Amino acid sequence: MVDVLKAPLVVEFPFTRSLGPVQSAFLTGLRERVVLGVRTRDGRTLVPPVEYDPVTAEEIRDLVHVGVTGTVTTWAWNPAPRRGQPLGTPFAWVLVKLDNADTALLHALDAPGPDAVHTGMRVRIRWAEDRVGAITDIACFEPHDGDESHVRVHTGEFDDPVGGIVAEARLDYTYSPGRAQTAYIKALETERRAVGERCPSCRKVYVPPRGACPTCGVATAEQVEVGPRGTVTTFCIVNIKAKNLDIEVPYVYAHIALDGADLALHGRIGGIPYDQVRMGLRVEPVWTEGGRYPDHYRPTGEPDAEYDTYKELL
Amino acid sequence: MTRDIAVVAFAQSDTLRSTEELSEVEMLMPVLHGVLAQTGLKTADIGFTCSGSCDYLAGRAFSFTLALDGVGAWPPISESHVETDGAWALYEAWTKLLSGDADTALVYSYGKSSPGSLRDVLTRQLDPYYLAPLWPDSVALAALQAQALIDAGDTDERELAQIGARSRSTDNPRAQLKGPVPHGDYLVRPLRTGDCPPIGDGAAAVVLAAGERARDLCERPAWIRGIDHRIEAHSLGVRDLTDSPSARLAAEKAGAFERPVDTAELHAPFTSQEVVLRKALRLDDSTTVNPSGGALAANPMMAAGLARIGEAAARIHRGESDRALAHATSGPCLQQNLVAVLEGDPR
Ligand SMILES: [Zn+2]
Repeated sequence: MVDVLKAPLVVEFPFTRSLGPVQSAFLTGLRERVVLGVRTRDGRTLVPPVEYDPVTAEEIRDLVHVGVTGTVTTWAWNPAPRRGQPLGTPFAWVLVKLDNADTALLHALDAPGPDAVHTGMRVRIRWAEDRVGAITDIACFEPHDGDESHVRVHTGEFDDPVGGIVAEARLDYTYSPGRAQTAYIKALETERRAVGERCPSCRKVYVPPRGACPTCGVATAEQVEVGPRGTVTTFCIVNIKAKNLDIEVPYVYAHIALDGADLALHGRIGGIPYDQVRMGLRVEPVWTEGGRYPDHYRPTGEPDAEYDTYKELL
Repeated sequence: MTRDIAVVAFAQSDTLRSTEELSEVEMLMPVLHGVLAQTGLKTADIGFTCSGSCDYLAGRAFSFTLALDGVGAWPPISESHVETDGAWALYEAWTKLLSGDADTALVYSYGKSSPGSLRDVLTRQLDPYYLAPLWPDSVALAALQAQALIDAGDTDERELAQIGARSRSTDNPRAQLKGPVPHGDYLVRPLRTGDCPPIGDGAAAVVLAAGERARDLCERPAWIRGIDHRIEAHSLGVRDLTDSPSARLAAEKAGAFERPVDTAELHAPFTSQEVVLRKALRLDDSTTVNPSGGALAANPMMAAGLARIGEAAARIHRGESDRALAHATSGPCLQQNLVAVLEGDPR
């Protein structure tokens, strides 16, 4: 068993999402400490509100003002809060039917322990200090014995309504490329050798290997050293500077069939004016000090390869 | 055009807590070879290929394209993919065979949960406006449903413990968790560790075939008599969490209530969800539920639902069942449900 490579992989994305009229009114309302629901034609009040009736699919827009107090319809005690959750101390997840609403809202309840929580208990919204027009403007719920409902029709119109939210997310992974790619990367990094794998069935050599032959659908295992020289099979001229990449434009990015390989890999071509790169050009890798993979490929000075020798690799 | 379509082969991998030494295609290939070997088919013989997986598990876009290497996708094949459990890929393949466009189909799905933190990853499938910013994890949402059931008098913690214990008493050699497993501490009360599925990496595959082709490939095909899937509002506060009207409707449309089933393979990752499904699907003690151990014994994301159909079919292949119900779910608290009814030829 090879000792597989592993590395942290962080995926972060701040999605910018637009709000329709109903969601905009609801989230703007939270900013103003007002909770709005939406009324269906059959007279139910949905909180949090949606733009379409979940039963009839009819568009619904009639906003009503509901209470900031409500009743727990179900709960679950969370002894170990996770990153991003509303409270950092143990809390209860709750579904709360706000006064004069017919559906329940999911949020956190700040309570001293599970014995202090039960279905049917009365709770009140605790507002966040800094409110921006997001579900997190409700910091959490807290136990409360009173009734603070002020129910009336609301136009849902506010000064400076919220038009969108930024949905921040971060997920942490440990990436492992698996056995075949680990072997490829290790040989490249430690010995500057390109090692592909040969398919036991069709005998094609894949580089970089992915552990399977896409033609035969079988595992590849036999390791084969390829290159270091190769042939440009096709290329493009890049005219736009990439962010964080210190390469002058224009430059050439090419598919390179390493000698002995049956699949072209790609790399940058240097050491030759960009407009003189051509199909069939013979190239070799150029390593920089401490590099873990070739920085680019440059012409070897050999005569160009005949088209017939690489046409199957285009 | 009406055609009889059957599951003719099923294979699955062991479900393991981590398979970091294998890429996805490396994990998948033995399963693909296994299911093809059962029928004697080669990849080139397959009329349609459909897979199920999810980019969020790997944290990479279009991750399913690399797994295609395992099915021999060159020269070009007729192929499709669903970004959910492979049970829905099977549904797509079934419609393809129904249309007469193909006579055989390979359906596979896989998921590696080990690279990320599954409870956090699954929060990204929630409503991005009202739920996802609060990061309510999958166990927390299931726990809200479990408490609703307890409040309604539909179950109690003792019964939930029994469901976990019964599921893990399986002799399924592919199961990740089996034998005596302690009910454990509360993970999110009222759910304890024993009420929750193990987190694992795994893959499953089935072969479908139409009409006489199915009889050629399998001694006792598992005929799909009906299959249907339904969805409910994603907002949990709109739904009655103690019931699953979408599962019931899917079962009705699939013909599950026309005659009793002897076996039910339910995709219930949490013990409490089995309580909901038994009620919605009108299952009583005359039906053997989850002899495979179900998702409480092994829950490879994106493959566990397809495995339920495969396990039900395999019991028919082996003559251990004549009429079986298979169920798959996706989303929080049984939001989406698929039901298939499988039958063997009369004996
Ligand atoms: Zn091959």
